[in-house]
Amino acid sequence: MLWETVRLALRSVRRNVLRSFLTLLGIVIGVAAVIAMLTIGSGTTEKVKSDIAQLGSNLLVVRAARPDRSGSTSFTPRRLDEKDVAGLVGGLTSARAVSAAAQSTVRVVFGAQNTAADVTGADLDYFVARDWGLAEGRLFTESEARGGTNVCVIGQTVRTLFFGAGDPDGQSIRVGKMSCRVIGVLESKGTSGFGQDQDNTVVMPLTTYQRRIVGRRNIDTIYVSAMDGVATSDVQEEMETILRETRRIAPGADDNFDVRDMTQIADAMASATATMTGMLGAVAGVSLLVGGIGIMNIMLVSVTERTREIGIRLAIGAHERHILVQFLVEATVLSLLGGLIGIAIGLALAGAASLALAIPFAPSPAVILLAVGFSALIGMVFGFFPALRGARLDPIVALRHE
Amino acid sequence: MSADRPLIRFDGVWKTYGRGEASVHALAGVSFSIDRGEFVAIMGPSGSGKSTAMNIVGCLDMPTGGRHGFLGADAGRLDRGRRATLRNRYIGFVFQGYNLLARTTAAENVELPLIYRGVPASERRQLAMQALAEVGLNGREHHTPAELSGGQQQRVAIARAIVTRPMLLVADEPTGNLDTARSHEIMDLLTRLNREFGLTVVMVTHEQDVAGYADRTIRFLDGHVASDTLNAEAA
Repeated sequence: MLWETVRLALRSVRRNVLRSFLTLLGIVIGVAAVIAMLTIGSGTTEKVKSDIAQLGSNLLVVRAARPDRSGSTSFTPRRLDEKDVAGLVGGLTSARAVSAAAQSTVRVVFGAQNTAADVTGADLDYFVARDWGLAEGRLFTESEARGGTNVCVIGQTVRTLFFGAGDPDGQSIRVGKMSCRVIGVLESKGTSGFGQDQDNTVVMPLTTYQRRIVGRRNIDTIYVSAMDGVATSDVQEEMETILRETRRIAPGADDNFDVRDMTQIADAMASATATMTGMLGAVAGVSLLVGGIGIMNIMLVSVTERTREIGIRLAIGAHERHILVQFLVEATVLSLLGGLIGIAIGLALAGAASLALAIPFAPSPAVILLAVGFSALIGMVFGFFPALRGARLDPIVALRHE
Repeated sequence: MSADRPLIRFDGVWKTYGRGEASVHALAGVSFSIDRGEFVAIMGPSGSGKSTAMNIVGCLDMPTGGRHGFLGADAGRLDRGRRATLRNRYIGFVFQGYNLLARTTAAENVELPLIYRGVPASERRQLAMQALAEVGLNGREHHTPAELSGGQQQRVAIARAIVTRPMLLVADEPTGNLDTARSHEIMDLLTRLNREFGLTVVMVTHEQDVAGYADRTIRFLDGHVASDTLNAEAA
């Protein structure tokens, strides 16, 4: 019986191809918009989350606070130095890694190729804090770090540019005015959440960087990685207490340093993305409602057009519910068809967007199922009134209808 | 021939449209009864109430006064759903304008009442073919109404009416759209169904020679039964 009705509905959809298509369009656009929005949104969220993971797990970053441009600064500016690093290394109870680092953009040359790369001088803990593994070769040793040997580890972008498929190990590259021996290649980290290519980098011992690149005992950043299972906010508090001590900041005075919790920043970005996705999805949902009204409109037309048919069916013994189900199924088949087409288009759009925006394509089965269910529901809800109107017709009046 | 009680019984049936001074009495106290196996023609000028009486006989309409008995039940008091069930189980309809579903094959049209009865598809197809054979339409099963002549369309309509093996066939001007030769073919078919299957036929017509096929003629005038006579010379 139901199959019979579905076949009947499909036949009626086929009979008015153009009209059915135009009716579907509302649902198609609505579902496509919702699917595209939610899929792109969850892709973005995934991207943000993976960016955060790329920065390093439970990463906290210390920088010296900079004076305001207005000059109304309420703290005494002071650079980071070895005492701050030593204080953190000795004082932190739940840090996995503490590394001082300094970085700047320097021209790097090999043969005829050259690039402006992000050159970092850092301790060995830098690789732990940033959760950054080796792809080839080795890291520098403790003694190389202490001695300021001119060895360096390069990122994937630099490796590809300079060496292509060749072996970079032991090759000499020029970093600024210094010649430096390549001992290892880092794993790829991709683009950061701020759009910067993290693989366009050269990392060397901090001492080497200070002596040979900038000529100053300079520390720009201290990376601290909290142990797993420890709240980064607790570590941040501990760090602030230690740094206020080592930097001799009077009680009540403002910090002249800045501790940033990258996990928090990441979470904030992810939740902002999720909120945005939700809002766009809701706006797209409104177009589904409009599509539903389109279906209701066309079903009313259909019921009026087929008044005589309804009369015949009632006369030969159809019950009200038969007519009701017939038109309800027709409306549902229409909107479900629109929903399926909409899902296909929405996924295609999301796929194209994920290519264009370099975010992961993350179609969610739950969202797709929800869209199918929702479009069927729209057909039923908006088809109900027209169907009821058809079912309640007086057979005598309906039979007389021209 | 007749059963112990009549199939259809009208006891002082009234049908009034509107209220107060503007009210119109389509039927004003009509009484008659029809036994199983009878072939009855209902005649009368337009506005005489014959179509209204016909709709009540077919359980499509309800009287506003009096009693309409069908198969011993008080059909005039039944709700919409019960009357739909009565129509589906016991009554077949043939209309002047055939009233077949367009763009639907003859066989599918004939199957329609069986669908509402919940008959399985394979059995439905078989019963439809049988009914179409009985009305002489072998080989036309898969034609749509547009591909059939008026006479053939009316045969499909009759097949649709008898496919459920009803007790009563209600025909509203079944020959109204047909030429004389086709009309006689259709009337021969109805007569045969009446004689062979004992199908009770109630038919509205305004043509005297068509009414002549029936055993009995009830004439309506101004909402009353004007005459109720047996056609002695028929058949």
